[in-house]
Amino acid sequence: MVVYSGAHALVEALKREKVEVIFGIPGGAIMPVYDVLKDSGIRHILARHEQSAAHMADGYARASGKVGVAMATSGPGTTNLVTGIANAYMDSIPVVAITGQVPTHQLGTDAFQETDALGIFNPITKYVFQPRRPTEIPYVVKAAFYLASTGRTGPVVIDVPKDVQVGEADMVFPDKVEIRGYVPSHPPDPSAIERTAEILLNAERPVILAGGGVIKSGSCDVMVALAEYLLIPVVTTLMGKGSIPENHPLAMGPIGMHGTYQANKLVMESDVILSLGVRFSDRSTMDVSEFTKERKIIHFDIDPTEIGKNVKPYHYVVGELRTAITMLYEAVKRRVRSKKESLWAKRAKQLKEEYDGRVFGINKELCSPNIVKKIREILPVNGIVTTEVGQNQMWASLYFKVLKPRTFITSGGLGTMGFGFPAAIGAKAAKPDVPVVDIAGDGSFLMTCNSLATSVTEGLPVVVCILNNSVLGMVAQWQRLFYQGRYSAVWLGPTPDFVQLAKAFKAEGVRVHSLEEFEKAFKEAIKSEVTTVIDIPISPEENVFPFVPVGESLKNMMVG
Amino acid sequence: MKGKESLRVFSLLVENKPGVLFRVSSHFRRRSYNIESIAVGPTENRDIARMVITMIADDETADSFVRLLRRTIDVIDVKKIKSEDAILRELAIVKIRASDVQTRDSILNLCNAFGARVLEITKNSVIVEITGTSSQIDNFISLASDYGVKEVSRTGVTALSRG
Repeated sequence: MVVYSGAHALVEALKREKVEVIFGIPGGAIMPVYDVLKDSGIRHILARHEQSAAHMADGYARASGKVGVAMATSGPGTTNLVTGIANAYMDSIPVVAITGQVPTHQLGTDAFQETDALGIFNPITKYVFQPRRPTEIPYVVKAAFYLASTGRTGPVVIDVPKDVQVGEADMVFPDKVEIRGYVPSHPPDPSAIERTAEILLNAERPVILAGGGVIKSGSCDVMVALAEYLLIPVVTTLMGKGSIPENHPLAMGPIGMHGTYQANKLVMESDVILSLGVRFSDRSTMDVSEFTKERKIIHFDIDPTEIGKNVKPYHYVVGELRTAITMLYEAVKRRVRSKKESLWAKRAKQLKEEYDGRVFGINKELCSPNIVKKIREILPVNGIVTTEVGQNQMWASLYFKVLKPRTFITSGGLGTMGFGFPAAIGAKAAKPDVPVVDIAGDGSFLMTCNSLATSVTEGLPVVVCILNNSVLGMVAQWQRLFYQGRYSAVWLGPTPDFVQLAKAFKAEGVRVHSLEEFEKAFKEAIKSEVTTVIDIPISPEENVFPFVPVGESLKNMMVG
Repeated sequence: MKGKESLRVFSLLVENKPGVLFRVSSHFRRRSYNIESIAVGPTENRDIARMVITMIADDETADSFVRLLRRTIDVIDVKKIKSEDAILRELAIVKIRASDVQTRDSILNLCNAFGARVLEITKNSVIVEITGTSSQIDNFISLASDYGVKEVSRTGVTALSRG
């Protein structure tokens, strides 16, 4: 036992969790912690807005597979975190956020910078802790990391009243914690696995639908091995991009509202969908009754509440995904030899050959799809791409072939504009030796572009490629297609000058007017030691196709 | 798509600490389901409370709530209670209008028939306590309303599995 202040115990506990980086902004109610943090050896990266701090922690977690840590003060610091935490929750990203809080005797008095963190974060986190005594802190930190990083991973908030930071006490640091109401995962039921093998082997046209769970559970290799063994084509969700190298012959790309033509087409021709670590988002399945009609859905997930939530499966397995897929692979190998050829795999190949990388409805050379393809061409295999949200994201999803897990980072569930840039900075902090690129739109980038200050001053250079169409592109696309071209509140106009903006932050700024110029600028940018913003003016009229309108089946793709 | 709706009873063991009721009830609020009744109290172990929640739902919805509640970190155990496998009881305190002797006698007879206990008699009213199943209590209140029921306070169902 040692006598520590609560703040000291908190930082000590973070060190014991092997935390190397914290993204945050200090303020009144968290100052005792920042005072200890100064000499702790933990790197603190100063964000310029707490939302960005949360996105940085999120990007860090996605790139590294470790827990990302964000820190903020009470009140506005806490509420500013909300979007970032909600984003991490929707995509099941392990983030621990530490917030300052007014002293315990002031809780509920509308004290200066007080906000009900417990109440606000409850629906968007796995759990919220609020230690009321300094002695609780070591346990709470241990428990927070345990909860965030096990089972279905997700964000956890620790809200620490200031007197709890200041108070001193004998501290005991537990090596492990047990939480009696928490079971991270259940062992998969072997008979349910056997049944899955039966269904799969009796299928004529099976596909694997791989979600974010495949990447999080580190199951990519087993899944690909299973797919290769039975020659099953693999489609993914947006979050599952990268679970199979997208240049793999069996990889068809993502399904959904803006899925690839071949993936949407193939999944709707299938008779069995082996769905691994997905939650059947409405943007992936589109019309659910059409999605489930005439085919059997098998659902594997670690989280029992996902079974039947959006899609009623024909058969399901609850359990840790890597274990479950490995068991399935073994069961399949016991039953059959590996397939050498199949008509169905040929069909997939034919679709892929015909439609892979096809650009619909745009015929300019300098257009978003070509820029995205160029980025892939130049970026090394382990280079990381983040995206903003909107058209830029969907172009990235359609045309950026992800070759390794955890190299494609996007806001899937919440669809948070402004996510990509701070997430890129977080990813860079996790992988300093790898180039990190944010594929951005002008609307999204403007939401968190003040992170340029963080990027430059903290020495975390990333490349921002702005597909600059001077409009809120996705909304404009919908207005063009569904609102008779009545553009309402989407025109952003020519401001700001992103080159000047970058330079004001002491970053590099460059504008390109051809694919050739882009290639040159991009090659320089990924080698540069300073953040580079590449402004790429494109037409405001570009649409993202394929496009499945809301309420339609994946079969009904608009392509121009 | 909705199946047959009926009263569902969940019996939860939860951590006996602040914020737990909020976490549990949030699931119902977010999905816009009404909690029909909720009864909470400590168990034989002071650290653990029992929460008995009733709601109107079909099978599928009820099952989805069981899964959600099981996943809730402060919830230690969840059981779906079937009325035939459990003892379900509710307590109600009922204030009945009674301003003459005849009415009072008549109410006392009714109380005898239901095993209800008289807690207070005043010039204008009788307050009684009744324990039973929810339908017994409904029945009692319906008969008592012939005299005029001034106020009712019900605890909501509490339950233990048989055996």
